[in-house]
Amino acid sequence: MIDFDNVGLRYGMGPEVLRDLTFEVPRRSFQFLTGPSGAGKTTLLRLMFMSLQPTRGFVRVFGQDITTIPQQELPKLRRRIGIVFQDFRLLDHLTTYENVALPLRVRGKEETSYRTDVMELLKWVGLGDRMNVLPPILSGGEKQRAAIARALIDQPEILLADEPTGNVDAPLARRLLRLFLELNKLGTAVIIATHDLSLMDQIDARRMILSGGRLEIYE
Amino acid sequence: MNDMTDGEKGLGENPREIVLRPMAPIVPATNIAGNSLMFVISIMSFLACLTLGAVIMVQDTANSWQSQISREITIQIKPESGMDVDAELAKARDIALSFSGTTGATIVDTAATARLLEPWLGEGLDMEELPVPRLVIITIDETSPPDFAGMRAALDDSVKNAFLDDHRTWVDRLVAMANTTVIIGLCVLALVFIATVLTVIFATRGALSGNHHIVEVLHFVGAEASFVASKFQKHFFMIALKGALAGGLGATIAFAVAGLWANARIATPESDQAMALFGGFSMSAGGYIGALSIVVITAVLTALTTRITVIRTIMEIDLIRSDPTRSI
Ligand SMILES: Nc1ncnc2c1ncn2[C@@H]1O[C@H](COP(=O)(O)OP(=O)(O)OP(=O)(O)O)[C@@H](O)[C@H]1O
Ligand SMILES: [Mg+2]
Repeated sequence: MIDFDNVGLRYGMGPEVLRDLTFEVPRRSFQFLTGPSGAGKTTLLRLMFMSLQPTRGFVRVFGQDITTIPQQELPKLRRRIGIVFQDFRLLDHLTTYENVALPLRVRGKEETSYRTDVMELLKWVGLGDRMNVLPPILSGGEKQRAAIARALIDQPEILLADEPTGNVDAPLARRLLRLFLELNKLGTAVIIATHDLSLMDQIDARRMILSGGRLEIYE
Repeated sequence: MNDMTDGEKGLGENPREIVLRPMAPIVPATNIAGNSLMFVISIMSFLACLTLGAVIMVQDTANSWQSQISREITIQIKPESGMDVDAELAKARDIALSFSGTTGATIVDTAATARLLEPWLGEGLDMEELPVPRLVIITIDETSPPDFAGMRAALDDSVKNAFLDDHRTWVDRLVAMANTTVIIGLCVLALVFIATVLTVIFATRGALSGNHHIVEVLHFVGAEASFVASKFQKHFFMIALKGALAGGLGATIAFAVAGLWANARIATPESDQAMALFGGFSMSAGGYIGALSIVVITAVLTALTTRITVIRTIMEIDLIRSDPTRSI
């Protein structure tokens, strides 16, 4: 699904944030991406989301070298990837329901075709009674769940989640993890960036650990 | 599309279901930037329509001067001692009438000539004692005027002391003046129009700059550039159309009010002079068409600027890919 080949990345003239990364994210796989704050987790996810290009090496997403993908084709590829941003990026003028429905709406689908799906997913993440609320009123954990729901709604082939449980309590974090596992069973490759050890300890999954710009993988 | 209001939403199958509000448009409905854009556009289209109206008015007046003045020509005959002026006048009239293109010729008789000269020479003037030139007034068909040179030659041949005045110099001078006025007006119109275009472009870009994060999120959840652009384009087109219509309507009303004001004083000599100089304050059909096209052009221009700006924003977001120094 995603291939990294000797990838290095630096921001401007700064030091290399990522160095000599070579790994693969297989189809239907489930992995945690971890490492200290500032290690480059978000940066790595941005490379996978094609919103950043490597300063050296190759990144292939769905078999295509991301530096050679023409601009018009990016939306089509991104539709196959669900992303949860660390800072959520919900639209403040849309309700929780509308925010979660947004990916389907921009694909030109009729609202009647997805209304029940969106409502069910919102209930699953515990936002059943917050559907008509605008994001500025939501709590941090509620925003996070709305952002997760938005990333999941179209059953992406890859899910990139940046600290998806950073703002919720342990029981809710477990519940969200179950949601990710279920999605994974349905065929989505899941990458969860987190430094929550207790979350990672709950399941036996592949761990990718970033430190000092290098990546170690524990299967 | 699916961002339209959908009234039946939430009346769903399950009575315990939460009632959802109708889908809000993807582009936020109103904000301060949108309102000030509308305001700026209405002012600019008001000014452009007003300028256009003034230019058309001046042009109409110039045209009417030209046609009114050349509708009549005169033959002057200077009397001499021992000359039968009346006979010469009659001869001149007959010659003028023999040309095709003249629709009539009248000899200004002594009484009428005396009346014409009354303001300068006083009443009770004895025309026989003064060598006052006499006139034949010839009305001509403007669409196919007679051959002035031929008429002049014929008069020289057979009428003594005749002088044909076709007001050419006077008309030429007036027309030149009117044309200059119209050209100046057109230059002003062009300047106002360029200012409108630039203002609309910059105001639209200003109003859009606050929406950067919306464009970005839409793009990242998989919206195509053309989809995002069309949403913004529709929204800003409506804003611009409202603003431009308000401005155009304002200009039309301003003209109507000026017309009413002029009509109310129609009897006064000042207004007669103003009428003669500037024509009526009425907009011709051309004026309305012009105002309408200014409104349409403004709205289309705003929509186009929006489209280009949104697409460029998306291109920049994707360009960051290859330039990691810039943050998302
Ligand atoms: N746009 C940018 N320009 C310059 N430097 C950046 C930029 N974004 C991130 N960095 C730097 O790159 C390094 C890695 O940042 P990154 O956000 O990927 O870390 P992270 O692992 O996600 O951290 P956290 O766990 O706190 O979210 C940091 O030192 C950060 O300061
Ligand atoms: Mg991060």
